[in-house]
Amino acid sequence: MIMSHEPTACRVFRFLAVAVLVAACAPVFAGAASQQPVQPPPGYERVTGSQEALPAAPFLVAAYAVIWVVLVVYLWSIWRRLRSVQREVDDLKRRLEGGSKP
Amino acid sequence: MSPMTRVSGPFTVALLVLFTVAPVLVALAPPHPGDPGLEQRIFYYHVPSAMMMFLAAFTCGIASAVYLFKNTRAADRLASAAGELTTIFGLIVLVTGPIWARKRWGHWWEWDARLTLSLLLWMIFLAYLLVRRYGGPGSAKLASAVALFGMANVPFVYVSVNIWRTLHPQTSYVPSLPPGNRGVFWFAVVAFLLLYSSLLAARTWLEALRDDLEELHLQIDQSET
Repeated sequence: MIMSHEPTACRVFRFLAVAVLVAACAPVFAGAASQQPVQPPPGYERVTGSQEALPAAPFLVAAYAVIWVVLVVYLWSIWRRLRSVQREVDDLKRRLEGGSKP
Repeated sequence: MSPMTRVSGPFTVALLVLFTVAPVLVALAPPHPGDPGLEQRIFYYHVPSAMMMFLAAFTCGIASAVYLFKNTRAADRLASAAGELTTIFGLIVLVTGPIWARKRWGHWWEWDARLTLSLLLWMIFLAYLLVRRYGGPGSAKLASAVALFGMANVPFVYVSVNIWRTLHPQTSYVPSLPPGNRGVFWFAVVAFLLLYSSLLAARTWLEALRDDLEELHLQIDQSET
């Protein structure tokens, strides 16, 4: 009876191995599929030649301003937290030293 | 030398490089041949920010794994610092990306794989910080598990543009940069790397000070009882 289970176990293992291999290759197949040129579905037309004319400079300035503001605010927040914790540590050390004096 | 002075040196150098030299180089860089619009220059800070977000997520994930399995307090301090940096650099990526997209694509946001997975990554690390902040006792271990899931998301974010159809440029955009643009880009990456290292050092130092504070509170409680 034990011998009769072994081929079944082998088959299951083989099936699992093939399934895992196929799953591992899925991104490759998906990547290959995404490289195929796609025709638009019926009823849709490609839009060509018309682009919204927005000036680029405000977007560039806005993006750099956001980066600058986020980093400065974060730096300020770290500095404030460091200062507050350092002050509290110093206070407690003084209290401990004061308490240990006779 | 005080701890403040110790951490402020690299900060100053990084900020000087980042906010003085790099913008000048970005302004002087030749237009990208395939993308000649002025808004393309957002790329020079957007992509390095994304790289630092990935780096911070990996740092947080690896340090969390060390903390989970070895229970090292230093690893937890590093994970906490890196988790916060992931959300900060993620915020920059998620704000500058749509600003660029509005000009380039005509709309702010697209629910495609890259953008959605990036948002998901950012939300996982936001959840990590919330669990640490409000999770109560034992939350550091729980947050470490969250960080591991966050780190596991990073490769999917990176390859998403090559696997799924998306408006976002593919990963080949950076290797195919012309020489004039490539130098400026890598300069910005080095500047961001320096900034990231300085912020990580300062933030880890803050966690160490908090540990000292907790220790001192315990000592005072013991001395008073």
